[in-house]
Order: sequence, then C-alpha cells, then structure tokens
Amino acid sequence: MLRDLTTIGGYALREAVRRKVLVVVVVLTICFLALYGFGSYHAFQEITRGGGGDGLGAALEEEVLTGSTLLGLAMFVTLFLGTVLAVFVTLNAVRGDAERGLLQPLVVRPVGRSTLLLARFLAAAAVCIAYVQIVYWGAVLLTDATGGYRPGNAFAGALALAAAVTIIVAIALLGTTLLSSTANGIAIFMVFGAGLAAGLIGQIGAALNSSTLEQISAIATWALPFEALYQDGLHALTADIDGVTGVIVQLGPFGGAQEAGPLLYPFAVAYLLGAGLLADRTFRRADL
Amino acid sequence: MTKSTIEGRRKAPFVVPDRHEIRTDPTRACVILSLVADALLAAGLRKTYRATVALDGVDLRVGAGELVGLLGPNGAGKSTLTKIACGLVRPTAGKVTVLGHPAGSTAARARTGYLAELFRFPGWASADEVLELHQRLARSGGGAEERTELLALVGLAEAARRRVEAMSKGMQQRLGIAQALVGAPSLVLLDEPTSALDPAGRRTVRELLEGLRGRGVAVLLNSHLLSEVELVCDRVVIVDGGRTIAEGAPHELAAAGGVEIETAAGLKRFPDAGREQVPTLVARLVGHGEEIYGVRVVTGTLEDAYLRLVGKDAR
Repeated sequence: MLRDLTTIGGYALREAVRRKVLVVVVVLTICFLALYGFGSYHAFQEITRGGGGDGLGAALEEEVLTGSTLLGLAMFVTLFLGTVLAVFVTLNAVRGDAERGLLQPLVVRPVGRSTLLLARFLAAAAVCIAYVQIVYWGAVLLTDATGGYRPGNAFAGALALAAAVTIIVAIALLGTTLLSSTANGIAIFMVFGAGLAAGLIGQIGAALNSSTLEQISAIATWALPFEALYQDGLHALTADIDGVTGVIVQLGPFGGAQEAGPLLYPFAVAYLLGAGLLADRTFRRADL
Repeated sequence: MTKSTIEGRRKAPFVVPDRHEIRTDPTRACVILSLVADALLAAGLRKTYRATVALDGVDLRVGAGELVGLLGPNGAGKSTLTKIACGLVRPTAGKVTVLGHPAGSTAARARTGYLAELFRFPGWASADEVLELHQRLARSGGGAEERTELLALVGLAEAARRRVEAMSKGMQQRLGIAQALVGAPSLVLLDEPTSALDPAGRRTVRELLEGLRGRGVAVLLNSHLLSEVELVCDRVVIVDGGRTIAEGAPHELAAAGGVEIETAAGLKRFPDAGREQVPTLVARLVGHGEEIYGVRVVTGTLEDAYLRLVGKDAR
C-alpha cells in the first residue's frame, strides 16, 4: 500500500509541478511576502516617527498593536491562499478526472480506490501544509525583522493553519467525489466564505453582547472547523497581549478571535476522518 | 522449457508458458488457472441507471486464449459490460468473474488490461512515463525493457520521450493499447481500440491481437468495425437492448447467403441453400433439362448478419 501511495502521490505532485501550478504559486507568494514586508516596514516606520503620546497613547504599545494586526492579516491571507491552493490541487481529483477519462486507466489497476483517494489527499495536504507554513513563517520573520514584533505563541498559529488547510483539503476531496470540477470549486469557496462569515458574526455578537449571534457563530465554526482552528490560532497569537493594547487588539478585525478549548483538535481529527470515510464510500460506490 | 513471448523471442516480462508446460508443472498453478478457467464469465448480468436498463440479463463467456468480438448498436450495453468486467461499474444483478475472481476485485484487476473507449493520459507526461506509472500500479517488474518492447509493438518506439499533448489522436490510441498490455495481463478488454487509427494502425492492432491469442491471452474486443472483428475474432457476441441476441463464430453468423445458379433460362436464386447443397441443386436442375452455365455460393458478411439481427435502427 505504501508503494501505491507514493506512486499516486508522486504522480499528483509531478502533475502540479509540470502544469506549473507550483511555479505560479511560488511567484505569487514571493510577491505577497514582498508586499507584506514592504507594508510592514513602512507601518513600523510610521509609528516610530509618530512617537508615543499622553494618557491612552502612552499606555498603548504601538509596536505590539501594529505587529499583531499585521500578523493577523497575514494569517488570514495565508489561510485564504492555502484554500485557493487546496481547491486547485484537488479540483479534478475524482469526478473531473473521470469526466475527462484520466481516472479510469488508473482505477482499473490493482490499486484500491481507497488507496488512490488517500494518496491524493496526502499529496494535496502535504503541498498545502508546506505552503501555509512557508507563507506564515515568512510573515512572522518579516514582522520581526521590520518591527521587532514576535507573537506570543507563533507555533500555535502555525499548527492551527496546518490543521485548517488539511480540513479544507478533505472537504475539497469529498466535494470532488460528488461534484464536477467547476461546481466543486465554487462550492469550496462558498464554504470558505461561510466559515469567514461565521467568524465575523461571532465578533459582531461579542461586540453587541448578543448570545444568539455568538451561538450561531459557534455552531457554524464547529460545523466548518477550519474556521474554528483559524480563530483558535489567531487567539493564540494575541492571547498574551494585555492592558489597553490588549483591549484594542481584541476590538480589531484580527484580534477578536475566541479560543475554542481543548476539544477542538480531537473534533478536527474526527471531522477529518468523517469526511474521509464519506469520500471513500462515495468513490468506492461510484460508477465510472 | 519453451516459452512464448509477445514477439515470440524475448523472455520476461511477457513470459507465458506453453500449454504442455502448464499441464505438467504444478508450480505454475496461477497460470494453469488462467488457461483452464474462463477468462471472463458473466451470468445474468443486469445493470440499470435509474429508469434506464443498460444490461438486461446478459450471459457472456470468453475462454482462455479466445478472441471474442462484442458487437451491438450504440446504447446496446457493450461499454457497460466491459466496464463491469474491469470493475469500473458495479452490476445491479448477476455475476461476473475474471479468471475465477469476482470482477473488480484486486486479484481480477491484477490480471486484466483495459483500454477505455474514451480515455486520456496526462498531457504533461511522456509515453515512457505513462507506461512507467502503469507498470508501478500494475506491479509489473518489466522495467524499461517492457516499456521499450510495448512501445515498439504499437509502433511508438521513436516516441518514447514525446509528451502525450504533442501526440496525434492515433498515437495516443496506440499508447492506450500499450498501456492495456502492461504487466502481461491474462485478459485484455479493448473498447473501440481502432477508432482513431489509420489503416496501417488497424493492421498493427490486428496483428497484435493475433499475437495475444497465440500466447493464450483472452481478448474481449468491443468494436463497431465489423470487418475488423470478422477478420480476427474467434467468436462474436451481438448485444442489443441490453440482451445477447446472437453468438457464434463470424463465419457461422455470416453464412446462409444462398446459392445462385446461372441457367439458360436465367439466374436462379436459392437463398436458403449452402455450399453443401450445390451438387443436389445442380443435379436437380440438370434432371429437369436445364443447362447450367455457372454456380455461385453467395457468402454473407458479418455486416449483413449484424444488420439483419439488430434491424434497421442500426443502419
């Protein structure tokens, strides 16, 4: 089975390389990181020139506020780019390839459909995890280099992003067993948007002290755990910021995230298994 | 110990023991099974897609080393039958076995080669890479030697490094056939293998099919090219409306063209007569005082038989 996994996984990776998917991704990522570094540098320069202030201004740690906000933005963009990559790497994996006649010659070989699906998942997850880690750590290093800001728990953010993008890959693969390429791509982006909306509703609920909105948000983010993971990671980045700065960070768009608690990761694993089993069952029963 | 190869001269990976060896060497039990058991056996096969009945109780047998043509009009269920045999489609009812193993099982797939009617290989891969991938998936230990041999067999020896996207449709079809032969399968299912080929390519495929039969490989050939089927197949199965409507050797199905006798009074036709009845017919006519100028046994073609069996809808 290991041999089959490496064969199919290697095939998927080679396809991504030969189709220049990875080249495009690398070039655009370099552009993003360059832009981020440029923006980060100027943001920190501005606050250095502006000086402190009196009263509230004196209590505000501007470097921390700027750094955490920039890093929160970077984390959101990283997840978004990881989602785009996950969608395009898995877009045709089952239905799309079957419709084009690419899948049938592979499926008739003595490689189980489950193995084929697992290999595609592992290859896509490996690419996406590596990608989000590179972008995320790139942003962390740039923030440190340009402004001297280091987040409280950078590793938790990295772990959350890796887990979130893995969940998205699993959802995308499940989608590809059910939907054609275009429909699946649209569906995954809409699911991603729904998760994002759920997070924002939660923030609005917290600001308005509306338990109903917060409850809706909680249910939605657990139904789409990549959002819960993202929020948990974001929370870990800013959790140690206290005082006035902490309050302001919490009010900002990238600081109001809530900690999900100890059950999040076990739930994410169970969710992953559930999505995987459903995709496997659908694929094994499909007439090609 | 003599062994035949795909070209009749090389050893692994296309080694197939000869029939004498198979019967005397108990260590080759696996190969014995492949030549003794039916290569493909379908019984009461039924497949429905919601309200559409694709197959309605088809029975089919392909013996070891037998080359069987599967004919029928569009929508008759030929491709569905082939797909069930290789495990791409699950039957609604009935039983299919490949060399004694349930169709679609790992053991069955390990010994089956398949060329789909509509297939594609990744455009970024070269012919050699496509075959290498299939070697790995088929667990073939043939290595570069097998790939070189297969590409030469289908006339693509010079195109090993050429990318699929740079190949003509005919070249891709040839590559598809080579892919179906990776791992020296005991049963080869070919769905319209010559549809994109020029006459030279069709001849190559005909020779290849005859070579496979010579090595004891069973072939189920799904084709609309009746002349091709008539030339190479041992037996023909005609399906229509999801059912088997005729089965037999091509010459058996194509027979009964009748006898035409030219007499002084004109041409006399005996549509139900065969070659063996010619002496009797001639004697009877001479006995009645007729002068005979010529006798012709009219040989029907498989196409005639096919059109007669499937009706005008197929024309």
